[in-house]
Amino acid sequence: MEGVFMENMINTQNLIFRYKSEEGKDEKEALSDVNIEIQKGEFVAIIGHNGSGKSTLAKHFNSLLTPTSGKVFVKGMDTSDEKNLWNIRQTAGMVFQNPDNQIVATIVEEDVAFGPENLGVEPKEIRRRVDAALEAVSMTQYMKHGPHLLSGGQKQRVAIAGVLAMKPECIILDEPTAMLDPSGRKEVIDTIKRLNKEENITIILITHYMEEAVDADKIFVMEDGKVVLSGTPREVFPRVEELKRLGLDVPQVTELAYELRKEGVDIPEDILTIEEMVVQLCQ
Amino acid sequence: MSIKVDNISYVYMQGTPFEYKALDDVSLEINNGEFIGLIGHTGSGKSTLVQHLNGLLKPTSGKIYIDDMDITQKGVNLKAIRQKVGLVFQYPEHQLFEETIYKDVAFGPTNLELSKEDIDKRVRMALSMVGIDYGESKDKSPFDLSGGQRRRVAIAGVLAMEPEVLILDEPTAGLDPNGRDSILQEIKLLHEKYGKTVILVSHSMEDIAKLVDRIIVMNKGKCVLSGSPREVFKQSDMLNEIGLGIPQITALVKQLRSKGMDIRDDCLTVQEAKEEILKYLRSRKS
Repeated sequence: MEGVFMENMINTQNLIFRYKSEEGKDEKEALSDVNIEIQKGEFVAIIGHNGSGKSTLAKHFNSLLTPTSGKVFVKGMDTSDEKNLWNIRQTAGMVFQNPDNQIVATIVEEDVAFGPENLGVEPKEIRRRVDAALEAVSMTQYMKHGPHLLSGGQKQRVAIAGVLAMKPECIILDEPTAMLDPSGRKEVIDTIKRLNKEENITIILITHYMEEAVDADKIFVMEDGKVVLSGTPREVFPRVEELKRLGLDVPQVTELAYELRKEGVDIPEDILTIEEMVVQLCQ
Repeated sequence: MSIKVDNISYVYMQGTPFEYKALDDVSLEINNGEFIGLIGHTGSGKSTLVQHLNGLLKPTSGKIYIDDMDITQKGVNLKAIRQKVGLVFQYPEHQLFEETIYKDVAFGPTNLELSKEDIDKRVRMALSMVGIDYGESKDKSPFDLSGGQRRRVAIAGVLAMEPEVLILDEPTAGLDPNGRDSILQEIKLLHEKYGKTVILVSHSMEDIAKLVDRIIVMNKGKCVLSGSPREVFKQSDMLNEIGLGIPQITALVKQLRSKGMDIRDDCLTVQEAKEEILKYLRSRKS
């Protein structure tokens, strides 16, 4: 049979999660009945305002949290089953917001080697992995540097290399660019897009920057612990009023398209880039 | 209150192999009541510059005048200057430490040895300026608040010193769009309603375009551009070259104009661009 066989990377079934309060009582649901599927090789963006449940959801994807009820599967492995823990963590790696909290060693290459060393990987293989990982994030020339001398964007790329050295099939990034300046943000986003295209690594990107979500294959919009909107960027972003009501931005050109249509200008609603808008208005 | 920076340079770790010139002959003036946007990529010298404006750093060479007083000379009362020029660092909520919101905001004024009534007045005022309800919040722990609210409390702590100039180093970093918009709205009010001189350090060209009177652009320790947002964002090539860029909507109208559409190419907001494009489309029809 021709065609691409779509393999599930992550799927959740009726996922409900409640944080435990200090007294051990259950708090309000942080996730309520989330059902999503993420296919292998996809680039998925998750957006939503603070407290909407994005990070809580992401932490379920590598078993940092497990469901209060319902199920989460990573490549078919049940995250609630402790036997699967190491396999899951190796399959799905995570990168967090603050680069300074993720770097453990005093030399870049040692930091990247930290994961595979703990897995008991052969020294020769570690060397190969570290070199390949640094190459993949364009940080080879900084191999012997102290991480404290790197810029924020460079540190985040080292953190990504550290995850890559574990040979994951999926990388989850929780607001990896929130603390970076525009050039640092671009470095990190270019890197993860390349890993997605060239290495076919599944990418799950949590972000507040809509321009980072524009190139995703699929977007999930979270609100109050639920997925309230999902689809391709072209399906999601034209819903300008709805997104604004959820406290989110839309790309300025998409908002402009929406405003112009309201005034009766005949252009498509799903314009996402400057180039598309120029083509529409100058034809 | 006016600030004048006169040919200042600053060298980190002078005389060591790590010597690094962070500011290179910077001169600028900030007038009383101005709202300034300070932009530049990481390492351009913005933070080093703002730390000079309240005397946290002393220039290696050059002078800084605050209301005509040279603050770089010996024997200057830096405490008085820091009271006049309030500096809100990045992630200021990391500096909260007291048990209650009231105590945290009152910390500065208490150190000024003001009377109880005066301290109380200042805490009420500062909290109301950042949109936090005094009665409801004063006895709460700052650590029970959301990220955006913690940041507001931290800003209130600086406002309680009643500074005339307020410098904010990336006050919206890490906040979601809602949190960002409401903090920016409050900063705007501090300027418009309370007449504060505001210096906003930001990476977001969209935010800067909407808010400030004047933009100062830093690159490699130098002040390379200064002007209204419209003037500065006209220099898109230069801004791109130094890693900054312009608001998406400004980039769009520029491209439209270069394709022959007869519209203004210095629009800063979606609303402005919409009006320009509609005007053009309608004029073509008639």
